[in-house]
Amino acid sequence: MFIYLAWCLVWTLLQTLALHRFQIEWSTAFLDALVSNGILALASLATVQLFRYYQPGVGSGIYRFALVLGITALTGAFTEWSLKYLFVAQTRYLQIIDLSMPIRYVFVLMVLTFVTVLNWLWNSVAEKSKQSMQQSEVEQLHKEAELIKLRQQLQPHFLFNSLNSISALAGSNPAQARKMIQQLSDFLRGTLKKDEDQSLSLEEELKHLALYLDIEKIRFGERLTVLLDCDEASKDKKIPPLLLQPIVENAIKFGLYGTIDDVKISLRASVQQNNLVIEVVNPFDADAAQAGSGTGFGLRFIQRRLFLLYAQNNLLRTSQKDHLFTTQIIIPQ
Amino acid sequence: MKRVIIIDDEVLARNIVKDYLKEYPQLNVVAECANGYEGVKAIQQHQPDLIILDIQMPKITGFEMLELLEHLPQVIFATAYDEYAIKAFEANAIDYLLKPFSETRFDQAIQKFLAQPKGAAKADLKLQNMLNQDQLAEEKTRIVVRNNNEISIVPVGDIQYIEAYDDYVKLFTKQSYFLKKQTMNYYEQVLDPVMFFRTHRSFIINLQQLTRIEPLEKNTYLALLKDGKKIPLSRPAYLKLKEKLGI
Repeated sequence: MFIYLAWCLVWTLLQTLALHRFQIEWSTAFLDALVSNGILALASLATVQLFRYYQPGVGSGIYRFALVLGITALTGAFTEWSLKYLFVAQTRYLQIIDLSMPIRYVFVLMVLTFVTVLNWLWNSVAEKSKQSMQQSEVEQLHKEAELIKLRQQLQPHFLFNSLNSISALAGSNPAQARKMIQQLSDFLRGTLKKDEDQSLSLEEELKHLALYLDIEKIRFGERLTVLLDCDEASKDKKIPPLLLQPIVENAIKFGLYGTIDDVKISLRASVQQNNLVIEVVNPFDADAAQAGSGTGFGLRFIQRRLFLLYAQNNLLRTSQKDHLFTTQIIIPQ
Repeated sequence: MKRVIIIDDEVLARNIVKDYLKEYPQLNVVAECANGYEGVKAIQQHQPDLIILDIQMPKITGFEMLELLEHLPQVIFATAYDEYAIKAFEANAIDYLLKPFSETRFDQAIQKFLAQPKGAAKADLKLQNMLNQDQLAEEKTRIVVRNNNEISIVPVGDIQYIEAYDDYVKLFTKQSYFLKKQTMNYYEQVLDPVMFFRTHRSFIINLQQLTRIEPLEKNTYLALLKDGKKIPLSRPAYLKLKEKLGI
């Protein structure tokens, strides 16, 4: 704003000097310069404001130029009228005004064009930097999501604890250790090569789950039993990959860390109204329910995935009754 | 002969520790426990010199188990979780082993234990401090307490008020109270300040239980709880409480 004012004043002084050189009195020259530059400053401000609200596309220079021409005509006419009104008593000066009008129009046009182009450039630079900021933000979010996914897939705690079990078996039971390495490898390979968007049949997912369960059974021994009960009709229903195992893993963790007794997990799959419905039940003690231990994270992640896949918020339900916690998911077919 | 107890919920994880300990005839594994409940009992019974402790275990964590002990043995943590501020622990517990660990790494930890001078009272104190500090980081949602041999998990919302009692505090719930060896300052810091308020040097109340404030004599007040209990309220606390409740 200050710069605009200074700019306007400089022009006023310059014009005063120029007019004075044509043998015009200081006072008249200054008044003329002040009025015409004041009007020009207002016109420039109006132009900037106009382009702030009206942003024609990048390729529409012609519209901009037409607008500038219009504003120039208005400004010039208004300047002429104002000056004639001010100097109505000075006949000689009125002639000079008439003579100088073409130069004044050209000057107004030049200044307004300059302001418009400057404004245009400024806006497009600001737009560009805003766009690139948004772009990098999107990229950042994408990276974070990838990282979370990767961590979820690799399940470091599961991995490290399994490796610890293998380390123990390597001393006492090498054959068993070798078998467990095999199972862990098959499980990890299955996890890594799955394509996010490619749904699989429940039967295939159950095979993947079995690998995981075998490992957990070695880790937790007698304490853990898992019962699978799947209707024949449910086996060829589709299910997004890597959904079933995290739900069962969540139930196992919740059960193992939520009670001190033996843990029986049951999984039931059925078809209801052409949807695949899977229910996983684990025991828990009400007083340890706040244990945390990451149980919340697992389910939140699954809820989010279901929402992203099907745009429905009610596909994951949980309930608790008589020390049993039930997780139910519905997979639309 | 030093007594050792291994506390881990996975049998293979206990086996590997036992296996590594075979090299040390001066160390005798007197008990193996699969959770903190068994751990507390075994530690009381055997008074071990050293425990090797997992952190994530059924119902109560390794940390919570340590809180229940009157006398702390020396502790080596063994866990797959590296997010429990490894640095803090390496300074305070004897050692912190990340699973799976090598025999060499395990030996280093045991050597550190064996090199300790007799009378581990100092380490005891240090570990106690460490436990306090560690839990300052996260707000408490539950407190694990022990009454003789019974261990209970008390959600903080169930606590009506806390009263200082020598070196202990009494945590009052609707039914009864629990003794815990802890300071008032500690609870003032770890409990949610929206829910709890310290009314007096010796009292913290659950604000959901507060019904009325009445003057007792000049400059002293009483906080009335829903069940009719009258809790002393000091003048500075009275002013702070008035401001907090916006009255």
